Amino acid sequence: MATATGSLPRRGLLARPTAKTGVWGWMTTVDHKKIGIMYCATALFFFGVGGLEALAIRLQLAQPNGEVLTASQYNQFFTMHGLTMIFLVVMPLGVGLMNYFIPLMIGARDVAFPRLNAFSYWVFLVGGLFLYSSFFLGGAPDGGWFGYAPLSTSLPGHGMTFYSLGLQILGVASLAGAVNFIITIINMRAPGMTFFKLPVFIWMSMVTSFLLLFAMPVIAVALFQLMFDRAFEANFFNPAAGGEPLLWQHLFWLFGHPEVYIMILPAMGIVSEILPTFARKPIFGYAAIVFAGAAIGIMGWGVWAHHMFAVGLGPVANSVFAATTMFIAVPTGVKIFNWLGTLWGGDIRFKTPLLFSVGFVALFIIGGLSGVSHAIVPHDAQQTDTYYIVAHFHYVLFGGAIFGIFGGIYYWWPKVFGWTLGEGLGKLHFWLFFIGMNLTFGLMHIVGLQGQPRRTYTYPEGMGWDFLNFIETIGAFTIAFSMVVFLVNIVISKAKREAAGDDPWDARTLEWATSSPPPEHNFDTIPQVHERDDFWYRKYGSPHEQPQPVIAGGADGHEEHIHLPSPSYFPMFASFGLPVAAYGVIFFSDWSFAPLVIGGGLLWTLLSLVGWVLEPGTADE
Amino acid sequence: MRTYIFRLEFMRRPSNTRSRRFYVGATLFALVLLFAGCANNGPQDFLNYQAGSNAEKADNLWDVTILIAAVIFVVVEGLLVFALVRFRHKPGREAAQFHGNTKLEIVLTLVPALILIGLLIPSIKTIFDIAHKPEGALEITVTARQFWWQYDYDDFDFATANELHIPVGQPVHLTLKGADVIHSYWIPRLSGTQDVVPGHNNELNFTALEPGRYMGQCKEFCGLSHANMRLIVFAHPPAEFQTWVSEQQKPAAPPSADVAEGQKLFLEGACINCHAIQGTDAAATTAPDLTHLASRETFGGATFELNEANLAEWLADPPAMKPGSLMPDYGLSQDEITKLVDYLMSLD
Repeated sequence: MATATGSLPRRGLLARPTAKTGVWGWMTTVDHKKIGIMYCATALFFFGVGGLEALAIRLQLAQPNGEVLTASQYNQFFTMHGLTMIFLVVMPLGVGLMNYFIPLMIGARDVAFPRLNAFSYWVFLVGGLFLYSSFFLGGAPDGGWFGYAPLSTSLPGHGMTFYSLGLQILGVASLAGAVNFIITIINMRAPGMTFFKLPVFIWMSMVTSFLLLFAMPVIAVALFQLMFDRAFEANFFNPAAGGEPLLWQHLFWLFGHPEVYIMILPAMGIVSEILPTFARKPIFGYAAIVFAGAAIGIMGWGVWAHHMFAVGLGPVANSVFAATTMFIAVPTGVKIFNWLGTLWGGDIRFKTPLLFSVGFVALFIIGGLSGVSHAIVPHDAQQTDTYYIVAHFHYVLFGGAIFGIFGGIYYWWPKVFGWTLGEGLGKLHFWLFFIGMNLTFGLMHIVGLQGQPRRTYTYPEGMGWDFLNFIETIGAFTIAFSMVVFLVNIVISKAKREAAGDDPWDARTLEWATSSPPPEHNFDTIPQVHERDDFWYRKYGSPHEQPQPVIAGGADGHEEHIHLPSPSYFPMFASFGLPVAAYGVIFFSDWSFAPLVIGGGLLWTLLSLVGWVLEPGTADE
Repeated sequence: MRTYIFRLEFMRRPSNTRSRRFYVGATLFALVLLFAGCANNGPQDFLNYQAGSNAEKADNLWDVTILIAAVIFVVVEGLLVFALVRFRHKPGREAAQFHGNTKLEIVLTLVPALILIGLLIPSIKTIFDIAHKPEGALEITVTARQFWWQYDYDDFDFATANELHIPVGQPVHLTLKGADVIHSYWIPRLSGTQDVVPGHNNELNFTALEPGRYMGQCKEFCGLSHANMRLIVFAHPPAEFQTWVSEQQKPAAPPSADVAEGQKLFLEGACINCHAIQGTDAAATTAPDLTHLASRETFGGATFELNEANLAEWLADPPAMKPGSLMPDYGLSQDEITKLVDYLMSLD
């Protein structure tokens, strides 16, 4: 019932959740910081799962004619390893850190749409669990993360149907997150923080979000087509019925290559924050590094067919994509030179976050160089689908993205929890990670050039690959051991709980201007920004007059209560309907009541959205 | 053997070297290894042992690329290490507060762009060179199926499977047809890969430069036995190739008395539904042509050595030997298997 003053009804479908702590506090939270922590924790859990899959793969390949896994298990494991690491680890770790730190670094109290943010997380979680439920429901996806049709449409079982729907659900989470971050960065910057005063991490987050916004719809179309081919006997990719297998490849890689930059750009942003902090210098060539990031984001759309040099597109197309692929190395090189320039002349403190960032730069150089070699099309016809490619993208995504993200985890941990991770174990973690990474993936370059193809569950004796494969397996276990060190470090450091202080690294950006951990409302007073690296200038002197803080609630200096968005059940509830509907599609031909399940799932999500709409963003107080 | 040398060199390195030096050393060592191309005769090693026109052209481009990459690697990683050592924290050091250097940044943008153009031009030239169909090429149609290769020698009117025979010095022109899912035809020491896409007839031209036995395999993931979809290319001197062709063109010889029962089983059992043996009633083409099976070294997608024991194991339960094999277990008795093996091994 509308009140006499004409305002909207203040009663939602459900009583408003009130818990701020405990399980319900987490499940109903719309606080970007709690959501960021949940994102990272969930992604680290999946990192463990995907890592165990990798270890099983490496055990199988440790010697010729391995018998650890069957062919079927191997295919499920390498497919799920890829899907997990891309969609359930690297992307959500990036999103988790963006969630926590975008508002803090731009001086905002939360993201633009806090409930949509919670919805992103819950959809991501149920999407991941849905994908993994396939192991218990007849077998996991087994057609590779790239899911090439017509193999993906013809593989028996439900595995690749889980793939089509699982990625579709995860795509919803990514899209919602992308919209949220773009609007947050554009609209919610603190007064005075113009675009060219944004931290580089924020710039890279924005480029990443735009890439997601445009890339996810492309894969959504392809996944719907795959779903219809599999579940409802459509023929989008069936050549016998006039379908086109290459349509899948074009759509997949038109998404898939920007996806590579979606994974690496946040890590580049993190490194661009850590290097200046620990070199105690401003970033070298801020404008160049920002433009290079944006250039990568744009050029990334013009290189997809370099994944298809062997499919027979013809010499003209192959030459064009060779050229675009070569030139995307230019902005990447610019970034590397700028990171070197940032270190140059500095006063470098070798703390764990710096080690991971330097590791990122060192390894990314190798991944970049091998990437250029793929653009040599006649030789790519040799390299493609060998372990040389596996080596390349692990240097970029493990040596690159994962090292950058772990740098970020060590860097921001004291801000999030108020205590620092131990330096000794942190450095041990880094060195084991670094050595294990090079042993595992460095040798893959060589074994690839000696002709070992990827995605093969076995290889015979006498190919000259045995010894290097064995060492690669040792390297993989070294990486696994380093993760144990990381977990032990968390446990020990938590027991010690040495107070970190608000600004343990003497850093440069606004997140360090508030307390550790930050209060729910982030800043007591919204900061007025005058400089790039404003916090640094506040500490060490600014050519401008002292910053004028803006008092919470308004710029008139009249202090008011800070209104924060209130917790809500509905984002979580809305996510639950999606996997239910997806199960209905998967078992469409097995269950006579499947249409009811599909309809019920979608109706549940729709009702949750209605409840969401009727509920005001901030509860009456 | 390279692997052996690698083991020795690797173990000789002191284990307590400082890790960064270890890493730089190990990487340089790996590069040395790439160049050295020791003595290992890797059957699929396209880095060191090219024997075909495409493999050689690709390798020529690679040699330039790896050299440039190695120089860039050493310079850039060297600068990184230098900066870390030179500018590490010491009491009293003050970080220089500068924001950039526009001139330097422009130079560092243009130099890589020029290097890349330098790499691109010969690369594009070779792309067109390899795509060009040469005169006087031997025409062979390759049909890829889960999980084996069918070869139709269009000029000579016979078919064989998995093991390709070609003359040295004469170009071959393969027409690649897909029958089910996407596969990729790859003989690393002779030529880079070419995908086989159902609905598209792709082409691959190359010339074998040295006689030999070259191993290859399907390179596009194609299902359960992707790893077991292998192939061998035999490159013969021209006269030897002609002899092989004339042998293959003959129909199968009539069975001798001691294998006649096996032939009867073959022709009256399920075998005839999928396989062909020229000179008999068996003419189906969904499975490998077995006319001269015994002249081959391998079977089952060039994965298993052709001998009586392996063939008997295969007939007992094909999918157990090769996961996902489309040939099912027909529940043959031991006696039937023996007779069939005897017959098949007589098809030389």
